[in-house]
Amino acid sequence: MRIDSRAAFDAVRRAAMDERARHTKEIRVCCGTGCLANGSAKVAEAFATELDAHGLRADLGFFVKKTGCHGFCQRGPLVVIQPAGILYTAVKPKDVAEIVEKTVAHDETVVRLLYRDPAHAKATIEHYDEVPFYRHQTRIAMRNIGHVDPADIHDALAHGAYAGLARALFDLQPSGVIAEIESSGLRGRGGAGFPTGRKWRSCREATGDRKFVVCNGDEGDPGAFKDRSIMEGDPHAVLEGLTIGAYAVGAHEGHIYVRDEYPLAVVNLTLAIEQARALGLLGPDILGTGFDFDVRITRGGGAFVCGESSALMRSIEGKTGEPRAKYVHATERGLFGCPTVLNNVETWADVSGILQQGCDAFRANGTAASRGTKAFSLVGKVKNTGLIELAMGTTLRHIIDDIGGGMLDDRPFKAVQTGGPSGGCVPASLLDLPVDYEQLTSAGSMMGSGGMIVMDDRTCMVDVARYFLKFLSEESCGKCTPCREGLKQLLAIYEDLVAGRGQPGDIARIETLAAAMQLGSLCELGRSAPNPVLSTLRHFRDEYESHITARACPAGTCRALTTYEIDPARCNGCHLCTAACPTEAIVGERKAPHAIEQARCLSCGACYDACNLDAVRFVPRRERTVA
Amino acid sequence: MAHLTVDGQSVRVRDGANLLEAVRASGAVVPTLCHHPALEPWGGCRLCVVDITREGWNGRRRMVVACLYPAEDGLTVETSTERVLATRRVVLDLLLARCPDTPLIQRLAREHGLTHTSYRTSAEPTDCILCGLCTRACDQIGVSAIASAGRGAGREVAPPFHEPPPACIGCLACAEVCPTGHIRYEASGDRRSIWGKTFEMVHCPQCGDGHITREQAAFERERHGVPDDDVAMCDACKRARAAAMFVSLGAADGLS
Repeated sequence: MRIDSRAAFDAVRRAAMDERARHTKEIRVCCGTGCLANGSAKVAEAFATELDAHGLRADLGFFVKKTGCHGFCQRGPLVVIQPAGILYTAVKPKDVAEIVEKTVAHDETVVRLLYRDPAHAKATIEHYDEVPFYRHQTRIAMRNIGHVDPADIHDALAHGAYAGLARALFDLQPSGVIAEIESSGLRGRGGAGFPTGRKWRSCREATGDRKFVVCNGDEGDPGAFKDRSIMEGDPHAVLEGLTIGAYAVGAHEGHIYVRDEYPLAVVNLTLAIEQARALGLLGPDILGTGFDFDVRITRGGGAFVCGESSALMRSIEGKTGEPRAKYVHATERGLFGCPTVLNNVETWADVSGILQQGCDAFRANGTAASRGTKAFSLVGKVKNTGLIELAMGTTLRHIIDDIGGGMLDDRPFKAVQTGGPSGGCVPASLLDLPVDYEQLTSAGSMMGSGGMIVMDDRTCMVDVARYFLKFLSEESCGKCTPCREGLKQLLAIYEDLVAGRGQPGDIARIETLAAAMQLGSLCELGRSAPNPVLSTLRHFRDEYESHITARACPAGTCRALTTYEIDPARCNGCHLCTAACPTEAIVGERKAPHAIEQARCLSCGACYDACNLDAVRFVPRRERTVA
Repeated sequence: MAHLTVDGQSVRVRDGANLLEAVRASGAVVPTLCHHPALEPWGGCRLCVVDITREGWNGRRRMVVACLYPAEDGLTVETSTERVLATRRVVLDLLLARCPDTPLIQRLAREHGLTHTSYRTSAEPTDCILCGLCTRACDQIGVSAIASAGRGAGREVAPPFHEPPPACIGCLACAEVCPTGHIRYEASGDRRSIWGKTFEMVHCPQCGDGHITREQAAFERERHGVPDDDVAMCDACKRARAAAMFVSLGAADGLS
């Protein structure tokens, strides 16, 4: 049945809400990629079987719902029992019978499955909303993820989906939609932060009968998964945003470019498109307004550079995914040479949120220049890792201490890497930095894809830069000389640095090369590739100097520069290090001080990490040889 | 017409021109490696970087490649500011590390004050500068027998799967357009070999010269509808034929 009027839309929506009101007990099992990998599909099955066995049928109001990613993947599989909002973590199929018996049937809590807060003496927390990881978040782009069933458009409708589209089509002219986006202050969530409304306006004003809107779902940064979770967990938020954008700029064709490494995103988006078409929310004459718009999915073949907008559009056109110069904007000449608006997944999800809730609700969050909220993938050496969405302007300290629960093993914080491979490292002295586009740029990093990797004192900043250079040198398309050859040469210098072959002129050579790459490269991949290099040089220059002049790695992780030894005065011979050592290099009787046979030691540091008594220490290899 | 200032000199270029045309019209010398007048500008080598500014930019300068940037009216172009020269020098320095034995690169590097590279010389020196002229010429002809393969430092020009390319017609456009002589071919009498594929030649009915491969002759006939006689005849004989026709027409009109 295709919806052909506002009244029909309201009726379908009301019916969906009534249907949802029948769910007196809803068991939400996270079926995001992380929880699925931990076996959540079996957990959901077990719930269905167990409810049956207890006679807790759907007609009595008992439902099992498979949702998208809740973000707290580290503790998965996650199960939330509604309406009480009880969160169970790390649920196994064998736990299901007890949950059904106690919580579903008798409203009792299964204490052993509750979340335990590592920051507060592992006290249990019963409710989803009270878990610090969630409590400090403000969700707009991810508003429905974890709550809706991504495979059911009626569930999405009951949660407000397409109300923003209805408002745009029935209450606003295209120019009114653009004005709404402009006053929301929304800027591109792909990381560059270009004002979305301004981009749309210039596409609206561009001449051309055929225009396109494109969704960039080619999230390729190591450790980033926000776009994945949005596409998998709430595909209608993206489709609705895309349709609103198409109406605003006058496009009738849309493309979603998804990397093929996100199979669940492709499945859920494909299903969502089919369901939206069936209801008349996509296709010809949307909601009976005469507006035609449809969407196609293009799967990306796994090149990082295809996340760059011009390379992405070439890839959709069936050509090699290589960037072109952007002296003429895509809003004038983009996909197939036509005016095109390309925005990131999160931006499109924000657009539908803004039209649903109004621009003021969005503007109320964030800083003067960076309005709204931003999704981040918080990973690395913090206690709580996962996907989060916060008001812009939140400080890094708040993110790491309160949401992240502090440093893992309470080791000292060294840096947080933001913005993906071409982002930078922010040191401890800037932890009170409010996170927005300008502040991160001023710290030598960037917003980028919203990746956030927390590092402790056991991270070598020279090696971190080397890691990202290696990634980028493999992912550069190789079209332009500075990026292709420059990354190759930078990587060679860094491989020398970590191997103890650094030379006095290296830092100057790195800086000259970085400057030429920033100025001379064709696209943003090459222009921003020196960021990890320059930000670590800026904030951790002493580590570079130590590698070059003292041949020492202050973090003790560059193997060629580091040896480990055991302090016999501290060692109690507990054998923990012996068990951890992969090469049997540690000798010594139980309960007697151990020693490391250097000839067999790989300097991997496993003993150092295993020791509870700080008896293992590392020293520069050179000093050891001298001694 | 667009009016621009290049290195203080006023120039005019046709509408739709790019900055490289304006720069060359001014007489300024900007090196290029991936540019060819018969092919679409590409912007890969990055040697033709220039600084631009204009009224209203409040003195802000932007570094762009001249081959791709449109020659907009009112632009002020500087072809050799300090940062432009520094960037160009690094690009040549990098190419010299890649192609240490290539005379063209050695010469350009020398002109920019570089006699040896500051970087690590490639373990496998090559003459290929990845300017993309060969692959773009092949595309332009409509054959697309070769392409760039791989990415990053592993990028190379190659036929599909490194096998003799089925689509290749042996026209030699790739070798002709290659600025460093990296693309090799062999031609002897009845045969021509390139990209591991050997071609038989069609002989000119007039002089007997084997000037075109069978595959290219077929391509000209089928793709462009060139008549059989015209395909088979070599360029020199075609010119002679045209000249003779011209002379005889003139004689008929009493002009000779």
